[in-house]
Amino acid sequence: MRELVIISGKGGTGKTCLTASFASLAKNNVLCDADVDAANLHLLMNPKIKKKNDFMGGSIAEIRSADCSECGRCLELCKFGAISEEFIVDAISCEGCGVCVDLCPEQAIDFPVQKCGEWYISDTRHGAMIHARLGIAEENSGKLVSLVRQQAKMLAEEEGNDLILTDGPPGIGCPVIASIGGATALVIVVEPTVSGLHDMSRVADLAVHFKIPGLICVNKFDLNTEMTMEIEAFAQKRNMTVVGRVPFDPLFTKAMIEGKNILEYQGNSATADKVRQVWDNIMQSPSMNLMGLKDFSTVIT
Amino acid sequence: MIISVASGKGGTGKTTVATNMASALGRGVRLLDCDVEEPNAHLFLNPVLGQVEDVTTFIPEIDPDLCTACKKCAEICRFRALAVVAGKVLVFPELCHSCGGCIEVCEEGAVKDGSRKLGIVESGAAGDVLFSHGRLRVGEAMSPPLIKKVRSINENNGITIIDAPPGTSCPVIAATKGVDFVLMVTEPTPFGLHDLKLGVEAVKTLGIPCGLVINRADIGDDGVREYAASEDIPVLLEIPFDRKIAEAYSVGKLIIDVLPEWSEKFRDLYNRIEILARC
Repeated sequence: MRELVIISGKGGTGKTCLTASFASLAKNNVLCDADVDAANLHLLMNPKIKKKNDFMGGSIAEIRSADCSECGRCLELCKFGAISEEFIVDAISCEGCGVCVDLCPEQAIDFPVQKCGEWYISDTRHGAMIHARLGIAEENSGKLVSLVRQQAKMLAEEEGNDLILTDGPPGIGCPVIASIGGATALVIVVEPTVSGLHDMSRVADLAVHFKIPGLICVNKFDLNTEMTMEIEAFAQKRNMTVVGRVPFDPLFTKAMIEGKNILEYQGNSATADKVRQVWDNIMQSPSMNLMGLKDFSTVIT
Repeated sequence: MIISVASGKGGTGKTTVATNMASALGRGVRLLDCDVEEPNAHLFLNPVLGQVEDVTTFIPEIDPDLCTACKKCAEICRFRALAVVAGKVLVFPELCHSCGGCIEVCEEGAVKDGSRKLGIVESGAAGDVLFSHGRLRVGEAMSPPLIKKVRSINENNGITIIDAPPGTSCPVIAATKGVDFVLMVTEPTPFGLHDLKLGVEAVKTLGIPCGLVINRADIGDDGVREYAASEDIPVLLEIPFDRKIAEAYSVGKLIIDVLPEWSEKFRDLYNRIEILARC
């Protein structure tokens, strides 16, 4: 079982458009959208939801005013400023630590588990897909990411699929950490800009902690070819394989408007060819062909 | 006046709008880059960063001489950051949310004040613009406390512009809660529209007025404009896709540096925000 996770550091570099295109090319795979905060892959995959599940995240404190003696102990204990002078809990600020619940002298605080989102098992024209939606302003995104990846793995095992294609979130924080642990390889999609390079170098630093191989794809490379070369030199220095360059092409947006990937929208275009080439390079890379062995010579340094 | 520049989707142009507006307004403006996972504003403003401050958070440190392995600390910890194994308390610092419950319940005084580094806050100036940003330590999962720390640098009574992180979960809330106005930046594509809706829902839960900048306004379709009209969200500025702008961005230049006529447009954008925030 292999899992390829597509990330970028910086947002908007083209992770989802490329993941959806790879879905057309991959064989015997499961799709997984690990960007639970602002998921987009479903807009290109048109998933038919087969099973909808609640995601129960953390709990939130609720003061029963009838039993509250207004002693102020909870106010004193709360490190998150979530309790008002009127002894009302602000659900957005409450961290769910439960310290007030346990130490309230009157036992006047309830701690109900919250539904923080939903996750889905779906069918698409390119195989099964696991995706989710985190509730607005919710915490626990890392937990939900871990859950969808675990479910994708279970599904792939049941169905005998040997590849999971995971569309990752931007950034380097909690949901990204949850997205990359245990992945077979990462594809880092970079745009040739100062911020693209800055952000990919931070995400590469993060991947070093996890000892994972990294593959680099420069998207919109022709917006600045000098920067593209700088990024490729950086990749080499950090032991990452460059799997190709994709040009800036309005076809990606046109395809998106039709709910398609670029291969489906205009499969005979030059850009579609480039995407196919990137995919072939990914699947032929040593890191994707280790047959379950770990080879530390392939990891990001 | 505190304005948070936000977007559900990443890469729509938050940093472009925040840095150009700050620079166009100049004197007395403070820019706070709260995208602490991937801060980028400094790449465009090139501030001189004189002050560096480590930001840490509380984690428990166990004094083995005082600890009786009574397990009370592990029992109160909802985040499983403490465990008692073979008569010894183990601490898992990366799981700790710094609630302090363990200190409260320890009757022996064996839980001491330890700390974990979240990242750094750097401050300085870029010309007339006062500048601060947070940089999350690579490997650290929890960004909201660091974002709150960057937000706390706000002693000026003038204009503060916050460059917020993408998404709709806790880091965005930390960067937008309590501001006077949220400026959403989107692109007119199905992805842009989908994530804009999520972003607007998040702003609504906070009850803050908002307006919209449409970036790369001439690509894509009309979905974003139709949505903005139906929700009564004012479109305050449209920035076209222009290779000149894209190329300037790629090397860390501001739009107002390569196309000076945009200075006026960004000042105008602020004036319109000021009117909307006051009513």
